[in-house]
Amino acid sequence: METGYLAFAMVMQFADAFAFLVLAACGLAIVFGMMGIVNLAHGEFIMCGAYVTVAAVHAGVPLPLAIAIGAIASALAGMVVEFACIRHLYGRPLDSIVLTWGISLVVTQTTLITLGSNMPSIGTPYGSFAVGPYSYSVYRLVLFGSALAVLAGLYIVFNWTRFGIAARATMQVPHMAAASGLDTRRIYSWTFAIGAGLAGLAGGLYAPTMTLVPTMGTSFMTEAFVTVVVGGADVILGTAPAAAILAIIKAGMTYWKGQLFGQIGLLIAVIVVIRILPKGISGFLTRQ
Amino acid sequence: MTMNAVRRFFSLIEGPQTIGHGRPFWLGFALVVAVALVFPAFADGYTVGNTVYFLNSVFIALGLCLIWGYVGVLSFGQTAFFGIAGYSYAVLTINVGTAYGFTFAALALSVLAAALFATILGYFLFFSRINGVFLGIVTLSVTLVLERFMAQTSGPEWKIGTARLNGTNGINTMPPLTLPWSGGDFVFYPDPPLYYLVLALLLIVYLCLRILLNSRFGNVLVAIRENPERAEMLGYDIRKYQLGAFVIGAALAGLSGALYTAWGQYITPSSMGMTAAALPIVWVAVGGRSDITAAAIGTFIVLAVFQALTIYGNQYALVVMGALLVLTVLFMPDGLILSGAAKLGRITQTLRHRRSL
Repeated sequence: METGYLAFAMVMQFADAFAFLVLAACGLAIVFGMMGIVNLAHGEFIMCGAYVTVAAVHAGVPLPLAIAIGAIASALAGMVVEFACIRHLYGRPLDSIVLTWGISLVVTQTTLITLGSNMPSIGTPYGSFAVGPYSYSVYRLVLFGSALAVLAGLYIVFNWTRFGIAARATMQVPHMAAASGLDTRRIYSWTFAIGAGLAGLAGGLYAPTMTLVPTMGTSFMTEAFVTVVVGGADVILGTAPAAAILAIIKAGMTYWKGQLFGQIGLLIAVIVVIRILPKGISGFLTRQ
Repeated sequence: MTMNAVRRFFSLIEGPQTIGHGRPFWLGFALVVAVALVFPAFADGYTVGNTVYFLNSVFIALGLCLIWGYVGVLSFGQTAFFGIAGYSYAVLTINVGTAYGFTFAALALSVLAAALFATILGYFLFFSRINGVFLGIVTLSVTLVLERFMAQTSGPEWKIGTARLNGTNGINTMPPLTLPWSGGDFVFYPDPPLYYLVLALLLIVYLCLRILLNSRFGNVLVAIRENPERAEMLGYDIRKYQLGAFVIGAALAGLSGALYTAWGQYITPSSMGMTAAALPIVWVAVGGRSDITAAAIGTFIVLAVFQALTIYGNQYALVVMGALLVLTVLFMPDGLILSGAAKLGRITQTLRHRRSL
């Protein structure tokens, strides 16, 4: 029985790690897969989602709705950034990355100036349940469920909708897609907004579990980067399996040595993995 | 005979990979050096110490310029090498002390430690043929994880020899650079002697980089930046060249870090954080990443502006830095100095053209 409880604790640890990796990375992965840009302001979109969510909760909005508002606010912010900056740099992806770093710096410091060094946080909702001697927060299951829901949602959007087909066409051969009458610029701009919205969703979902500081986005970045590097350009074939594999490493290392060593384990894993699979898991799965 | 030697020297430091050649440039260069030499006589102690900090920062900028501007590799984690060397200097000098001029050996060993770390990391990255974007985020992740790691070392169990790592507070008990002297030790505090020492180092590094970049090695680096496949087809093992440049860049970042630690007698984990990592990118991008002279001048100017702004608060200065980076990328991708120089070049050319008519 004792080992059963321990096994369940391990499974929960894995579910936590998996949810965190998927939620932190999917927005980044979508933008990277579509546009070849790694958005270094990704953490700031997460921060934006978290702040808006918490502000909404303080204003009396119930949490699920508040999270949705946070995600939408981030998506709108993403649209603005795309319209003002990214759009002018198509064809110069490396410069876009440097530019998003500048945006990240501006946003973090402006938040620090206007809203101060931290914001009163909201407690983790929904209580807890116990399995044997260990007790777990219900919210951890909510997070895991949300991660699965996001993956399912992305699968549906990219495979079953008109936008998804257009997006995949643009991703594969942009000029061919444009030649067959697709407005690729509009698709890029929507993709960027969706990526930012997913970042905001991650921020909103994790807002009740974290202290809200302007630099909170940074704590998602390592995991998000690592998952995207290991996963490669495809969200369903890359991010999901990458998150599953990395979650095992992260959960194991965290269980053994603590949070930080989970992160170090991830980083070492990624450096070794790219030595074997330079194009990530999705590159390996879709190779010809 | 001597004339020949001078000519040969100039043929080494001039070439297609660096701007600035001929008499006007080197006269200007000599003038700048002369001003730099007499500067401490006309400035107060604080300003001199502060200028040493500026000079320290130029090394990491030169390293980033080499790897980013010349090889086209986005290394976002130069601060990792800065931090490793800084912490190495701290741990070494606290454990061994200042006897027999050991601080200088510690300086060299710290730079070596950074270079060694870069060799291992670079081996995995370049020999896996990681492309630009991924390399940027892996190096950035490395520096972020290092920061997180050092930040949690506050407990008494985290010590190397007698040096406590102190978590987020960092280390502040290391000695500055010290030379044994007949009448007692000579200590390099942030005042004119340290200024001259760092200035001399900077001049040496700058000229050596010019020689390196205009050599065969430098030409291959630029060939790789322009078209990696072509360089490879021509028979160059581009991985080795990229790794070589990466290690040199890391050593320069390490030199910055060790000198910074010796200068201010402190080093903290935040020197490897996201904000710290962004600053060298701003300096080099704004100055002009494709030329070391432009990057060096740009670094100096941006740092001066940054410091002038910090009187309003660090956050405001950082907002300006971020905005500066965004505007540079959008409107002046070659950087302020290079775009300015190009404009000036065009004007003089038009003038010359008119005169010849």
